[in-house]
Amino acid sequence: MNQAAANRTILIKLLVVAVGMFGFGYALVPLYQKICEVTGIYDVEKASAAPANTQVDESRLVTLEFDANIRSDLPWRFRPLQTSVKVHPGQLVQVMYEVHNRSDQAVAGQAIPSYGPQVAGQYFRKLDCFCFSTQTFAAGEVRQMPVVFVIERGLPRDVNTVTLSYTFFKVEGAAPSAARPRGDRSAAG
Amino acid sequence: MSAVIGHEHDHAHGHDHYPGGLMRWVKTTNHKDIGTMYLWFSFVMFLTGGFMAMVIRAELFAPGMQVVDPEVFNQMTTLHGLIMVFGAIMPAFVGFANWLIPMQIGAPDMAFPRMNNWSFWLLPPAALLLMLSLFVPGGAPGVGWTMYAPLTVQQGMGMDLTIFAVHILGMSSIMGSINIITTILNLRAPGMTLMKMPLFVWTWLITAYLLIAVMPVLAGAVTMTLTDRHFGTHFFNAAGGGDPVLFQHIFWFFGHPEVYIIAIPAFGVVSQVIPAFSRKPLFGYTSMVYATTSIAILSFVVWAHHMYTTGLPTTAQLYYMYATMLIAVPTGVKVFNWVATMWRGSLTFETPMLFAIGFLFLFTIGGFSGLVLAIVPVDIQLQDTYYVVAHFHYVMVAGALFSAFAGIYFWLPKWTGKMYDETLGKWHFWLSMIFFNMIFFVQHFLGLAGMPRRIPDYSPQFTDFNMISSIGAFGFGLSQLLFLYVVLKCIHSGEKAPQKPWEGADSLEWTHLPTPAPYHSFETPPTLK
Repeated sequence: MNQAAANRTILIKLLVVAVGMFGFGYALVPLYQKICEVTGIYDVEKASAAPANTQVDESRLVTLEFDANIRSDLPWRFRPLQTSVKVHPGQLVQVMYEVHNRSDQAVAGQAIPSYGPQVAGQYFRKLDCFCFSTQTFAAGEVRQMPVVFVIERGLPRDVNTVTLSYTFFKVEGAAPSAARPRGDRSAAG
Repeated sequence: MSAVIGHEHDHAHGHDHYPGGLMRWVKTTNHKDIGTMYLWFSFVMFLTGGFMAMVIRAELFAPGMQVVDPEVFNQMTTLHGLIMVFGAIMPAFVGFANWLIPMQIGAPDMAFPRMNNWSFWLLPPAALLLMLSLFVPGGAPGVGWTMYAPLTVQQGMGMDLTIFAVHILGMSSIMGSINIITTILNLRAPGMTLMKMPLFVWTWLITAYLLIAVMPVLAGAVTMTLTDRHFGTHFFNAAGGGDPVLFQHIFWFFGHPEVYIIAIPAFGVVSQVIPAFSRKPLFGYTSMVYATTSIAILSFVVWAHHMYTTGLPTTAQLYYMYATMLIAVPTGVKVFNWVATMWRGSLTFETPMLFAIGFLFLFTIGGFSGLVLAIVPVDIQLQDTYYVVAHFHYVMVAGALFSAFAGIYFWLPKWTGKMYDETLGKWHFWLSMIFFNMIFFVQHFLGLAGMPRRIPDYSPQFTDFNMISSIGAFGFGLSQLLFLYVVLKCIHSGEKAPQKPWEGADSLEWTHLPTPAPYHSFETPPTLK
């Protein structure tokens, strides 16, 4: 058998593997997306099912703190109208956030929530939230937007303070139906 | 490949045709020349990365900011990691592979000598790119060697240089691996069946497959970072619908096998050294081969144990925890086999053996702290603390580096034809051993007490252990200059070495080739019993 030819056969096979693995790296992107969709990790922009047990647990008080952030390229001021509230688990709560578009043109943004501690995320039952859709603000517009939610009674007893944080990301093109941002990882149990 | 045909034993020296001076090294396709260049290159990189470690330890000597700015500190940790992993440890073992694989399987050279030349000469430009990044506006990337998004998207042009350096290093590794696999599969001497190969050759066969499987994935990850930075893609940019955590998944899909790419050739070297100085064949050769293969396969399915704090579902955490612990089984097989090889052997403790035993002892400690970190609730406490730093330095330095030292002392007589100074070699070992533990053992305590890594300042209660660690680091750094002296002294004025200076060594380079190994060896394959 010709040695050089045999060597070349292996060379070609291994090169195919190397190129294939380069492609595999890219294939991980849709694969990862699919896994997150199937396991429900990305479902942070949908309203939760109404809580099954609406009894209010009067025996505990949980402090909720509110936080608001914007990505640097968004010309907005974004703030919660209350810094914190004390609520009983099971109680229906409504809080307000305010956005002021300080630029001279309409800009669209999408809010992504996160929770501290992370574990609290799965006990938030949000019935209404401005983060469920892309928000567009006209030039100079100021608007207040509600979040309506229930903290489930199952919230672990050692969690006494929960921070709810929103980050607004700019949606390119200012079209309300533009790309649906994903990426809230902290909501994953 | 060469005009020389005949018995190298008789007149090999008379036929060493190569151009003199620098062009010999630029144009060489000889596996021994290339192996030598790999080893020297990795030593230069080792000193460069080591210097950066000294800067890090000088800053951490006392609380507060003394030596460098926080930005520079971050650049030092990043470059230290990248240079040590890709510039020092990996090329060192490729150097061993080049020198030893053809000799150990009875082949005249590597299968693709010209490609071999290329895979080496890609390294210096990559190293230059990495170093150059220090001097561009914004400096070198300060993102850590893991290059996590989204920070990488926000760095200056130093990040681009680093990305290109990683591309080039990846190409070099892939070419080197293809060469190694082809050599091992096609160029073995008649009678050298796969299960008769020295274990070092086996470990490199497995490592080369790992490299081909994961280096392209890393190349993909950094390419995505590059297009995120400059070409408007949003793989990792949350603002555009991407996901930073995705980067971690892709990176660690490469990163965990990478750990074994570094460790497995080290296992191979130790598996040659321990039997030689125990004067016994390696205990459990077959189980060693299977254990190494299992480690390599398992390394592909445990990557997310680096990501316990990213919000993985509990089921996934449990899976990764148990799968990670499973790796301890084949690793344990190897450790017990090495110990069993020494059991009732006629042991002597020359420098290579000391480093091999040092490896065995410290690598096992590193393996155990790895098991501790595999446990999800513990890891969530220890993530990004100095406990992790201690753990992976026990595996990388005391594992890979000590094994490389063992290999260099072991084969130096065969490579140079001269003996190194045994007394100085032993000094090098003991200084390295003591200072290594001084640096890293105390870092376990720092990590358990909560000191975070990659931060240039710390709370005053960590001062004492940090001082101990820094003093150890300076000592360890200086000890490596002694190593340089030992090697230079050996090359310059060592005593002439016999063909087989180690009584128990039994692979082909000792039994069939004179010392120093002739420039062209095994032009006609050796006959094996």
